[in-house]
Amino acid sequence: MEPLLAIAIGILFAAAIYMMLRRSIVKLVIGLMLLSNAANLLIFVSAGLTRGGPPLVPQGMAAPEGVVADPLPQALVLTAIVIAFGVLSFAVVLVRRAWEIVRADDLDRMRDTDT
Amino acid sequence: MQLAVLGGFVVAGMAPLLHRWFGDRTPLMLALLPASMTIWLLGQWPAIASGETLLLEWAWVPGLDITLNFLIDGLAWLFAMLITVIGSLVLVYTGDYLRGHRDLPRFLVVIIAFMMSMLGLVLADNLVTLFVFWELTSITSFLLIGFNHADLSARKAAQQGLYVTVGGGLALLAGFVMLAVAGDSWSLSELTTRGDTLRDHALYPPLLFCLLIGAFTKSAQFPFHFWLPNAMAAPTPVSAYLHSATMVKAGIYLLARLHPALGGTEAWVTCLSLVGAVTMASGAFLAIQHTNIKKLLAYSTVMALGTLTLLLGIGTPGALVAFVTFLLAHSLYKGALFMVAGILDHETGTKDVTHMGGLRHVMPRTAAVATVAALSLAGLPPLLGFVGKELMLETVLAAERYRLLIVALAFVAAFLTLAVAAIVALKPFFGPPRRTPRSPHEAPAGMLLGPALLAGLSLLLGLAPGRLDTLVAATVGGLGVVDHEVHLALWHGINLPLLLSLASLALGLVVWYRWDRLRAYLARLAPLMARGPEAGYEALMAGMVAGAEWQTRMLQNGHMRNYLIVTLLTLLGLVGHALFFRHAPNLDASLDLYLHEAVVAGLMVAGAIAACVMRSRLAAVAAVGIMGFSIALTFVLFSAPDLAITQLLVETLTVILLVLVLFRLPRFATLSTPTERVRDLIVAGLCGMLVTLLMLSVLTGERLPRISDYLIANSQPQGHGHNIVNVILVDFRALDTLGEMFVLALAAIGVLAMLRFHAEASGTGRIPQRESDDG
Repeated sequence: MEPLLAIAIGILFAAAIYMMLRRSIVKLVIGLMLLSNAANLLIFVSAGLTRGGPPLVPQGMAAPEGVVADPLPQALVLTAIVIAFGVLSFAVVLVRRAWEIVRADDLDRMRDTDT
Repeated sequence: MQLAVLGGFVVAGMAPLLHRWFGDRTPLMLALLPASMTIWLLGQWPAIASGETLLLEWAWVPGLDITLNFLIDGLAWLFAMLITVIGSLVLVYTGDYLRGHRDLPRFLVVIIAFMMSMLGLVLADNLVTLFVFWELTSITSFLLIGFNHADLSARKAAQQGLYVTVGGGLALLAGFVMLAVAGDSWSLSELTTRGDTLRDHALYPPLLFCLLIGAFTKSAQFPFHFWLPNAMAAPTPVSAYLHSATMVKAGIYLLARLHPALGGTEAWVTCLSLVGAVTMASGAFLAIQHTNIKKLLAYSTVMALGTLTLLLGIGTPGALVAFVTFLLAHSLYKGALFMVAGILDHETGTKDVTHMGGLRHVMPRTAAVATVAALSLAGLPPLLGFVGKELMLETVLAAERYRLLIVALAFVAAFLTLAVAAIVALKPFFGPPRRTPRSPHEAPAGMLLGPALLAGLSLLLGLAPGRLDTLVAATVGGLGVVDHEVHLALWHGINLPLLLSLASLALGLVVWYRWDRLRAYLARLAPLMARGPEAGYEALMAGMVAGAEWQTRMLQNGHMRNYLIVTLLTLLGLVGHALFFRHAPNLDASLDLYLHEAVVAGLMVAGAIAACVMRSRLAAVAAVGIMGFSIALTFVLFSAPDLAITQLLVETLTVILLVLVLFRLPRFATLSTPTERVRDLIVAGLCGMLVTLLMLSVLTGERLPRISDYLIANSQPQGHGHNIVNVILVDFRALDTLGEMFVLALAAIGVLAMLRFHAEASGTGRIPQRESDDG
């Protein structure tokens, strides 16, 4: 499954970068979302995939039985998902403010900071 | 001595304070600083005279082999004496020259700082320390040339001097590093004992080239000579001190210092002889075209610097004796002549020698001093300049390589210099009196002391050159020639050098007599002169500005996507290169998958692609949502329930937020051309492929020992939690989580502030509070 997901992540990255290269600022934000999702998935998959072994310790035991998934990348990705959401909500509100003032969705028409 | 030099910088910083207390007497007081150093140096004379080398140790950065060690041998002693003696006299001279000048304190700060830098330069034993002092002299020289900073030409000259010498300094630094690598030491005293290793080293040609560029720019050798005459925009004490007696000799000093380590090879002899000879002749030739007394003297300094380089290039013991004698003679008479030029400028208000005449009646003492110094410049007996010139001609006539060329150039330089000396001494002081902008008087005592002392020394040492035997022998010892019998004399009998001198005397007098007509004739060559090395410098500077403009327009054009493309292409190039040429990508991954997993991955990709191609914003947001939920499903399938829950929540919130906020914006318009889209598609596709390849290499590569094993084993016993991911977040990495909460709180405040601002600006009072509790 990892090779398939590697290809999927590659496509996600390509889509994110393509959107970030657009002139429309909304597309830029969408690209940002794609990019953060792709990066999260990259970290998750790079650690290796485990089926049916969540990193939980059964009640009354000191350590999980058998093979469990690596908990560290999961913790990292969890942090990243939430942070990405914070960044995104900030960016989205910023875009809306920009639209209200400049009345343009085109990055090339935002030429100075004096509005 | 290190303490004295470093303390000198402190004294320099205190000069403005001293000036507030003591007013115009400050320069005289500050002259005590170099004067006391002179006395200290004189105290070391017995040791130096007996051929000893003093090494004053002072560790600076021991870990990097950088020391503040001072090395005092004959060569360093001679230079240090010149710096402190002429420095004292120049300060005394300044006291009268800049009396009451508004910027006198600033001048004193910089010139004292220069004095200390120059002392550090000639005394330093460590290459790094030497380089630091070297650059300090360039910077202080820049500040002194641009002293009259309201004057555009002074600023330009200062800039030019700085660019040329600091540009050479860069080459010098590269040369020093190579020298240290080749000789395996940063210490000059050790390097000079490893000459044979250095000369055979593979790095010898490049390091010699870099060092020569550094020395030639500093010492105004052809084709870098043009900055020195322009530096005459500085006040005259600076010209006398920096640009004739000391700083411009730093390059010569370095070449002399490295002579035992690098000298004697074919490349050394060829470069130094030819560059020196050409500089010598062209300096003298350019001198006679000018009527500005300071320019005349500056070009004759270029000539003298060329001579010194030439003598080092020839490099025989006899040549080195001539080198030391000529160096000393030049410092004495040129310092005196520059100070006389300053007196003339100060008293008459003009620098043009053709506007002066008959001044011997009003300023007889200055006239006497000028005549003596000019006789030394001309190389006439019984002055030290004559001894130096005779030795130079003798050496040149015995040169092993390029003898004919060098002798011809030396002869041209000799008779033109004689003409320069005649112009400088005779034009202003003799002949009929002329009206000058100011009515001249005899110079004040402080301004006469320096030149009189230096000219007097020229005369005394010329009459009794034998007094210099010990000094010259000790200095030559510093150049690596030990046990050489030195015997200087005024009269060598009737020989070839004397005949050459007589011929140059005759020709020089002819040139002087016909000077006006010669200048008129040479003026016709002006278009040719305009194509000289200075034009090359101007073209280089203009080219640099144009290049900077071009690259700013190309790279800093304000288009975010252009920056992004440049960044991505760089990343592709570097990472791709490393991936393919360092670690051939490993692609033999086994594929085990279930259909439902493949369907989820397919949905993910379809959502991402749909988000890119949808024309409606809402559809694009929905497509992103599909991709996000597929990722949540992937987390479910591969044992990450916490991630799945978080992703689901966040994805839902994101979609709601986007729909609410972006709802008002217009449909997507087509903004870019098809070519741009294809370009972006190629860049994006390549990046995607790179990521995939990187991931495949990572997945099949070797695994490092996992930190997670510790976390899994200790989650329950130490963190008392059954969900290991949660324990990591709130226990093992609790500080990270705290930081994350700060970030979210900041984002929430930012969002709230922007929405409130909007509400106040539009006055609708519509504040969607919901976004404020994002965290």
